[in-house]
Amino acid sequence: MKLYEKTAHELHDLLTAKEITATELAEDVFSRVDAVEGEVQAYLTLTRDEALEQAKTVDARIAKGEKLPFLAGIPGAIKDNICTKGTRTTCASKILEHFVPPYDAAVMEKLAKESPVLVGKANLDEFAMGGSTENSAYQKTHNPHDLSKVPGGSSGGSAAAVAAGTAIWALGSDTGGSIRQPASFCGIVGLKPTYGRVSRYGLVAYASSLDQIGPLTRDVRDAANLMNIIAGHDPMDSTSSSAAVPDYTKALTGDVKGLKIGLPKEYFVEGLDSEVETAVRKAVEDFRAMGAEMKEITLPHTKYAISTYYLIAPAEAATNLERYDGVSYGERIDGADLVEMMTNTRTELFGEEVKRRIMIGNYALSAGYYDAYYLKALKVRTLIQQDYMEAFKSVDVILAPTAPTPAFGIGEMVSDPLKMYLQDVCTVPLNLAGIPGLTLPCGVSSAGLPIGLQIIGKPLGEETILGAAYAYEESHDYKNKIAAVGGEKA
Amino acid sequence: MKYEAVIGLEIHCELKTKTKIFCGCATGFGAEQNTHVCPVCLGLPGVLPTINRRVVEFGIKAGLATNCTINKYSKFDRKNYYYPDLPKNWQTSQYDLPIAEHGWVDIDVEGEKKRIRLTRIHMEEDAGKLVHSGNTIKDSASSNVDYNRTGVPLLEIVSEPDLRSAEEARAYMEKIKAIMEYIDVSNCRMEEGNLRADINVSLRPVGTTELGTRTEMKNINSFKSLVEAIEYEIERQTEVLEDGGHIIQETRTFDPARGITLSMRSKENAHDYRYMPEPDLPPIVTTEEEIEKFRSELPELPDARRARLEKEYGLSDYDAGILTGSRAMAEYFDAVIATGADAKLAANWIMGDLSKNLNAESITIEKSPVEAKRLGEMILLIMKNTISGKIAKKVFQEMWTSKDAPAKIVEDKGLVQITDTAAIEGIVDEVIAKNEKAVADYKGGNKKAIGALVGQVMKGSKGKANPQMVNELLAKKLQ
Repeated sequence: MKLYEKTAHELHDLLTAKEITATELAEDVFSRVDAVEGEVQAYLTLTRDEALEQAKTVDARIAKGEKLPFLAGIPGAIKDNICTKGTRTTCASKILEHFVPPYDAAVMEKLAKESPVLVGKANLDEFAMGGSTENSAYQKTHNPHDLSKVPGGSSGGSAAAVAAGTAIWALGSDTGGSIRQPASFCGIVGLKPTYGRVSRYGLVAYASSLDQIGPLTRDVRDAANLMNIIAGHDPMDSTSSSAAVPDYTKALTGDVKGLKIGLPKEYFVEGLDSEVETAVRKAVEDFRAMGAEMKEITLPHTKYAISTYYLIAPAEAATNLERYDGVSYGERIDGADLVEMMTNTRTELFGEEVKRRIMIGNYALSAGYYDAYYLKALKVRTLIQQDYMEAFKSVDVILAPTAPTPAFGIGEMVSDPLKMYLQDVCTVPLNLAGIPGLTLPCGVSSAGLPIGLQIIGKPLGEETILGAAYAYEESHDYKNKIAAVGGEKA
Repeated sequence: MKYEAVIGLEIHCELKTKTKIFCGCATGFGAEQNTHVCPVCLGLPGVLPTINRRVVEFGIKAGLATNCTINKYSKFDRKNYYYPDLPKNWQTSQYDLPIAEHGWVDIDVEGEKKRIRLTRIHMEEDAGKLVHSGNTIKDSASSNVDYNRTGVPLLEIVSEPDLRSAEEARAYMEKIKAIMEYIDVSNCRMEEGNLRADINVSLRPVGTTELGTRTEMKNINSFKSLVEAIEYEIERQTEVLEDGGHIIQETRTFDPARGITLSMRSKENAHDYRYMPEPDLPPIVTTEEEIEKFRSELPELPDARRARLEKEYGLSDYDAGILTGSRAMAEYFDAVIATGADAKLAANWIMGDLSKNLNAESITIEKSPVEAKRLGEMILLIMKNTISGKIAKKVFQEMWTSKDAPAKIVEDKGLVQITDTAAIEGIVDEVIAKNEKAVADYKGGNKKAIGALVGQVMKGSKGKANPQMVNELLAKKLQ
């Protein structure tokens, strides 16, 4: 097995045992980048020189006999909407083509203490708006399992890199499914933490009340370890939770006996691919076989989740994106006067989907429409939250599909935004409720595409869902399947 | 037809916190451009605001000091509009749940007390400043933005349209200024833009209650401009209405050099600010205990202080009003009294010679060349009969220029009052001898004639004779 095919915890053990060096590891990953990145196109910016320097530093620490933090020397990818001091952060938008942040996101500061090796900045749908990474202004990322398919989105670059072996781990962001759906499409583990569990400071805002940073990894243990690093209160983020951070790896016992699992009937309805349904129902049976208890539950307001999301998220996005006006940073297209300059800049440098959401958001916030749209959406959001809170009175976790279908074809949905929005049906309600959700592989379609199982938890219930996921992962063989890119033999 | 003016004020009051409302940058005035900035106040991608708790404290105190109800559940909202001095292109402000609402203050106009209602007080961030390459935006090839002021905390204090004249508006703004100074939440330096007003003016026929179409004048930053802008606008609107015209709802700018208002925006339609609750800041929840704690920390406010001065020192309502009209004035008065000086004398000197000099040289009382302590010492000299009130005027002018202690001036210039009976008697005798006519008049029953004799004695003593003793001696000798 090549180094790039291993999990972070395996590599951590090898580094600690001095069986490999961080430089060897970094070079191995970059040789994988050289081999497949041309086809996968997961990265917008590669930071090879810095990465090799970082690896050298870690090797020096190993030589000195220092105890290594978990991520030391392990190559990873950062979604390009997370600010990295000194490294350009584009959000896959032309409007930030040359934007180099003068500060690090809170998660980057936390990561820095671990001395990881950063391979580069991963592609995404522009400003994280989309579910296929086709809305990137720069390039289309291809699903490593089938290059004709999308990797999902918006964290498609992060997911594709981890699945292709060009990153061992990645950070993404999830506003309506943007970690879980691409993780599901690419056959890896993705976790959207509870809203407020991970600081958003330095995550370029799409929809502030929904955005959350989380890990994309090869297995559940890596996800738990990454959570140990990135979770916690941040005084710079007033919405971050001050709850103590547990050691998430302690939850990985493999035991689900007596775990009460809820099955929401609203997640198994029309539009759900039959292979996905079969795989998820099989997973449910497997949990039962492992000693978990099953219960049918109902989340009656689920059907309003998409409409609610597509009012709240664009409204927040419309204001969040007002700052890109060509005045003091970012790109500028000049005009005869100020208004023309701002208009030219925003018209020419934002992509279609971004402009569509800005329009929807401004419409929803306009005088005379606010009560009917935005305010109504906030009320429905509360009902959706209450559905979950009611359900969690009798169950510990909820199982559901992550996405209604396996990865779809590149170009298949670009002309039909509404159909694309429906992709979010299983993931969006969690963001509206602020609760955590994890996806892990639970099968492969007849076309050879991964299928994801979503495990939904209570607020701050990450330990429970990681524990359940680990038990499932240990008893199945879907873990860490590095894709054979373009028909090569992995 | 006779018209009545209906005026409302939105006063923006810059708070004197050390740091900005949503980040740790300093708030100081006059720093080099773009030095008090950070990613947060520059609105860079990815940043988040964090609330400065002092701003909430100041907002609550301002609310309590103006008889408002404090909203225990308050929140911030985004007020969206594009302008280059606003890096995020929204101002973080408060929309439907301001920190304080439904208050009032009392003002005095021409001896009449009037209650002016406050609609609300809300917290918000200030914008930056445009720096044009030319004199005005129109003749500038380029403009730069100074973001130092971006994120400086403001309170917006909104009145009901209860004001009816420029004088009432002035009295109201003076009252708000005094209160904000007393509770120590703002420096209220109008010349630095700490306190600025947006004025809404409309007219309606006297006796009617329906509001007329209003115009708005923004960023008025002196009492003089406030009065002139309102007076001009009332006159202008009256002319328009009397000519059968209609008032256009618009924003007008006041040109202080010409004393007139000019139409600023051609578009008549109101801005749609697309307000949205600020998702990055949790709601501000205030408990009863916190409110009571802040209430207990409030100092004596202008109205209470005024009543106390009347009661404690027997000052007139008018005098007490002036002496408590600004925090600096009240503190000056207190410092004079603290020397042991008589309150009425102190009041007279502050409102008389001191104010005259300050006004003549456009100096604020904080920067008075005659410190309160010195004025107190001088009043003590009067009280001890060391100098007369008349000599004191000379001593005061001397203190104004030299800043010397009054005792030193009196000694250096030999201004000590003559209280030696023998010395005064000598002059009195001399004056009686030289002024036969006045003496005869007085003896003949014209008691007023003594005035001329007193004047002669004072002149003879170079003003240093104790006037009371002169009067007594003359009366005795002319019996």
